[in-house]
Amino acid sequence: MIEFLSQPWPFYFSGFLIAVVMFLLLWSGKKFGISSSLRSLCTILGAKKYSSFFDINWRDEAWNIVFSIGAILGGFIATRFFTDSEYVVGISKETIEYLAQYGINFDGYLAPMQIFSLDQILTARGIIIMGLGGVLIGFGTRWAGGCTSGHAISGLSDLQLPSLIAVIGFFIGGLLSTYFLLPHLLTL
Amino acid sequence: MKLIKYLVYGVVFGIIMTKSEAISWYRIQEMFLFQSFHMYGIIMTAIAFGTLFVFLIKKTKMKDLDGNPIEIMPKQMGYKRYLFGGIIFGIGWSMTGACPGPLYVLIGNGYLSFIFVILCAIFGTFLYGVLRDKLPH
Repeated sequence: MIEFLSQPWPFYFSGFLIAVVMFLLLWSGKKFGISSSLRSLCTILGAKKYSSFFDINWRDEAWNIVFSIGAILGGFIATRFFTDSEYVVGISKETIEYLAQYGINFDGYLAPMQIFSLDQILTARGIIIMGLGGVLIGFGTRWAGGCTSGHAISGLSDLQLPSLIAVIGFFIGGLLSTYFLLPHLLTL
Repeated sequence: MKLIKYLVYGVVFGIIMTKSEAISWYRIQEMFLFQSFHMYGIIMTAIAFGTLFVFLIKKTKMKDLDGNPIEIMPKQMGYKRYLFGGIIFGIGWSMTGACPGPLYVLIGNGYLSFIFVILCAIFGTFLYGVLRDKLPH
C-alpha cells in the first residue's frame, strides 16, 4: 500500500480523486474553487477600504482558507512520507531537450531550482516569472471568476458554457506564453 | 470544529496534487508543448468523474450534510470576462507552472519562493477588485 502510494500516481487515479474532492465539497454545501481564497485573503488584509468587491464576510469564506492550509500540509505530508529520496519528476525526453535549448537543465525537482530557488526572486527573470506571473494569476482568475478547479473541473462537470469559454482562454494564454514569451524569459 | 473537515479535504487535495505531479512546472510546460498526455489525462478523468457525480447529485436530488438540497449556481452568461480573464490567468499559469491550488501545495513541498508568488497573486486579486468597474465583463 505504502509502496503504491510512494510511486507517482497514474493520471486516472489522480483525476478520479480530484473529482472525489469536488464531490466532498459539494456534499459539504460548498464548491470546489480555490482562487476564491485569494479574495478572502485580500479582505482579511483590509482591501475593503479600497473596493466594495472585498466587502464580504470572510468568516463565511473561512473554509476556503482552511482548505488552503490543508493543501500546504498535504504537500508537506506527500513529500515527507510518501516520496522516495531518489524520486525524479517523470517528464518526457522531448520536454527536457526543449528546455535545455533555453538553458534550463532538468534537475528532477517539481520546479526547476534554476528559476525558483529563493535567491532567484531578486533577479530580473525571477521578478517577471514569479512576481508578474503571480499577479497575472490573481488578476486573471478573479476577472474570469475561477481557475482550474472552479472552471475546468467544477464548471465543465456541470456542463457550463461560461466555464468552457474560460478554459479556452486559459489555453490561449498558456500556449501564447509557452511558445512566444517563455523562450525570451528563460534566457534572461 | 465544523471547519476541520475542510482541513482534511485540503490535505487530501495537497497529497493528490503532489503525487500526480500536477504541481510541477515541468509538467505544465510539457502540457502546453503537447509532449505528454499526463496532464490532459488528469484533467479529463477529473471532468469525466466530476460530470458523473454532478449528474447523480441532480438525478437523486441529493442533500448536503446540513440537509439542504445541493445547488450548483450557474455562472452568469457573457464571454468577455471569461475569455480575457482566462487568457491573463493562462499566461500566469504557464509562467509560474502553477494555478492557485498548486501555489499552496508547492509551499508545503518546501518551494518557499512560492510564498512570494502567492503574495503577488493576492496583489493581482486586489488590482482586479480596484479596477473591476473599468473592465468589460
